[in-house]
Amino acid sequence: MQEYSLKSIQNKDAFKSGFKVGIPIGLGYFAVAFSLGIAAKNAGLSPFEGFLTSALCNASAGEYAGFTIIAAGATYIEMALATLVANARYLLMSCAMSQRLDAKMPFIHRLIMGFYITDELFGAAIARPGTLNPYYTYGAVAAAAPCWAFGTMIGVLAGNLLPVRLVSAFSVALYGMFLAIIVPPARKSKVIAVLIVICFALSTLCSYLPYVRDISEGTRTIILTVVLSCAAALLFPVKEESETEEQCQ
Amino acid sequence: MRGNNYIYIAVMAVVSLLIRVLPLTLIRKQIKNKFLKSFLYYVPYVTLAVMTVPAIIHATQSPIAGAAALAVGLLVAWFGFDLFKTAVCCCLTVLILEFFLV
Repeated sequence: MQEYSLKSIQNKDAFKSGFKVGIPIGLGYFAVAFSLGIAAKNAGLSPFEGFLTSALCNASAGEYAGFTIIAAGATYIEMALATLVANARYLLMSCAMSQRLDAKMPFIHRLIMGFYITDELFGAAIARPGTLNPYYTYGAVAAAAPCWAFGTMIGVLAGNLLPVRLVSAFSVALYGMFLAIIVPPARKSKVIAVLIVICFALSTLCSYLPYVRDISEGTRTIILTVVLSCAAALLFPVKEESETEEQCQ
Repeated sequence: MRGNNYIYIAVMAVVSLLIRVLPLTLIRKQIKNKFLKSFLYYVPYVTLAVMTVPAIIHATQSPIAGAAALAVGLLVAWFGFDLFKTAVCCCLTVLILEFFLV
């Protein structure tokens, strides 16, 4: 049985330890958000629009995909689909997190915890044993989320001020982060490793092939993701081992 | 025809929110369907891989620096660098190489 008031000492402690974990996460966010801000600027967004996007969406790949959609002047439907596909991993994380919440947790806490599911914050929260305390997540969010939103805003602003050399260097930060997400699992699973190589090859091929290269980048990403993930799921269904956490119901 | 930036942002925000909140509020049991589980499992890797290549090569002033950043990023991530360190290594690679290339 869990207490849901910040007055409880247990929750205060959880908030504090969450905040501590949130500080290094926030530093990482700042650098990546800065690079995201450059992408936002290239898509024609104002500093405030960049700030707003990051404050509301909390998603590196998702926001980046969104900015490419805006840059391409694509439709709102394409935007919804691209966001869905780029953020699909959060759907999986949310499913996993649902198994770790107190069945009686009020909706408002589920809402806020869901809103802040990111690779890092989810990782930090889920690494804790037992039923999750929302105040731990709130502590981490209090430290990390402002870095994300303001980092994006400063990225949009400083895209003008920074020397071209630095902008060019910062623009790969986001991709570096993506690599750090996909490579460690590839080391453990040959299927993922081969899958990633195939993704690289097909994605590059599609950017050169006549007709296919004329499809917008966001839509190409959606099509490739759905096709390749379906193929992988059919050929190499995942075994049960990764989902063995006890259910808390 | 380009849409309104604020509507684009609103669409992103609503979709991002629903994806994260719906499972958390609706699912009280484990997902059983094997295909769906496998599909969801592979999606993050595929979508990030597809978004990274070839885009990283075109993001920099010199495509050679972008390609080198890709190689360095793959290498350091393989040896266990976290998100932040990997990102920094990629940036430094581009910064240093472009002093000679551009």
